[in-house]
Amino acid sequence: MNLSGWLLALIQTTLFVAAAPLFAAWVKALKSRLQNRRGPSLLQPYRDLHKLFHKEVMVAHTASPVFRAAPYIVFSAAILAAMVVPLVAARLPTAAIADVIVLVGFLALGRFFLALAGMDVGTSFGGMGASREMTVSSLAEPATLMAIFTLTMTAHSTNLSTVIAHNLETGLILRPSFLFAFMGLTLVALAETGRIPVDNPATHLELTMIHEAMILEYSGRHLALMEWAAQIKLMLYAVLILNIFLPWGIAADFAPGSLLLGLFAITAKLVILGAALALAETGLAKMRLFRVPQFLNLAFLLALLGMLSQVILEVGA
Amino acid sequence: MNLAQLSLGEQGTLMLSALVLLTSFALLAQARLVACIHVFAWQGALVGLVTALVALTADTPHLYISAALTLALKALLIPWMLHRLVRRLNMHRHVETLMQPTVVLLFGAALVIFSYVVVLPVERIELAATRNILAISLAVVLVGLLMMVVRRQAVTQVIGFMSLENGLFLAAVAATRGMPLVVELGVAFDVLVAAVLFGVFFFQISESIESLNVDRLNRLSETGEDDS
Repeated sequence: MNLSGWLLALIQTTLFVAAAPLFAAWVKALKSRLQNRRGPSLLQPYRDLHKLFHKEVMVAHTASPVFRAAPYIVFSAAILAAMVVPLVAARLPTAAIADVIVLVGFLALGRFFLALAGMDVGTSFGGMGASREMTVSSLAEPATLMAIFTLTMTAHSTNLSTVIAHNLETGLILRPSFLFAFMGLTLVALAETGRIPVDNPATHLELTMIHEAMILEYSGRHLALMEWAAQIKLMLYAVLILNIFLPWGIAADFAPGSLLLGLFAITAKLVILGAALALAETGLAKMRLFRVPQFLNLAFLLALLGMLSQVILEVGA
Repeated sequence: MNLAQLSLGEQGTLMLSALVLLTSFALLAQARLVACIHVFAWQGALVGLVTALVALTADTPHLYISAALTLALKALLIPWMLHRLVRRLNMHRHVETLMQPTVVLLFGAALVIFSYVVVLPVERIELAATRNILAISLAVVLVGLLMMVVRRQAVTQVIGFMSLENGLFLAAVAATRGMPLVVELGVAFDVLVAAVLFGVFFFQISESIESLNVDRLNRLSETGEDDS
């Protein structure tokens, strides 16, 4: 039981990491369709990663060891974070190791090294990107934690698996607090994964780029790891939102039938969420960098309202 | 209170009222005039939906009429009138500069807490959900008031006023299962008349000071010679 649980956790994490480029490709393909373009095939990110892994690594002569180490740290942090989030089955042993605060910590660790690497070479773009990333994340993190605390207060636990199991057990209850937390977390996820109202994932040529500015100096396998980590992060936020707020279908035990059902459910949910994301990105324009704090302030406000209605509606009265 | 004990209809009512509060905040934060009117229309639609849902769960058929009236007036007619007005004043691309948007929004959140604290002692209402809706509607009223205080633009001030009225209506529906139909009709047409009057008023203001920024009404100038 325990051994099979660990095995399952390992398989799930592998699946998570392997499927992340596919999800990014799905969003990209749909977006192209919506803009009347043909778009790349769904396998294109894998081909890109394959190509990058076989290319020579060029490192600027001003780079310090931090620059070389950062891609590995960022990538491992992303994998560790992916381990904590239940994808197909809840109650896996890996979920018991770390709770949601550690998850936010893993993401922060990755981001910290990403920003360090951006500044390391000393180019102006890297420094600019790093400073912007830190601005965004310092505003997004309180909102994330506030939204997540709203959820964990309902389940009386900060463990993700427990939260999901609790939501599964209680069934459908329309909670205003969950609605607010959902909206807040969605806005944060858009900002953190560098999607369109905050950052444009499809450009290297804008002065307002954030994520691309930081990894501008990378090449070869370093770049591959960085991009893969970004794709994992996108998938991670998507799965987190889906499985917390709409946990139906996730496997609660390790029987093959329920695991298959869980796999099918999460695939279907991701397909729909990807479509929604593509639709939103087509409809929205990227906002000015100076308006990003306002955007994240709105996210924080939503999370705060969620927390308030949680405390007042369900705990206080 | 345990939300799981409430019926699905009551949960839905709570949820929709929370959304009304959300639109109140959206109004507070929205700088674009036309978008502001759209958000106001959504708020009216949500209030109408709450009314219909209360009519369904509490089995009070006369509330259907006021729901339909709310939907027709506050979600369609008044926003349309405001929209036409803004177009005729050639202000549909107007973006207001907000003062201290972050502080104002946090102040709005503080008002929400305040209204919950105020409503907390209210015990003798048969439904547990009602008290929360009462708190939410009080918050909508206060946020509408805040909007009237912080905005300088006449149209957005009027929208703040109308959203304040939405909050009052929500409270009436939730707390008393709706007022008598005559009163409701009277209030609804009052609001409509107010909207028309405000429209006339806008024209007067914009003709006399060539702007709808009400801050400029504070300035006294007889000939308007040094108006810098």
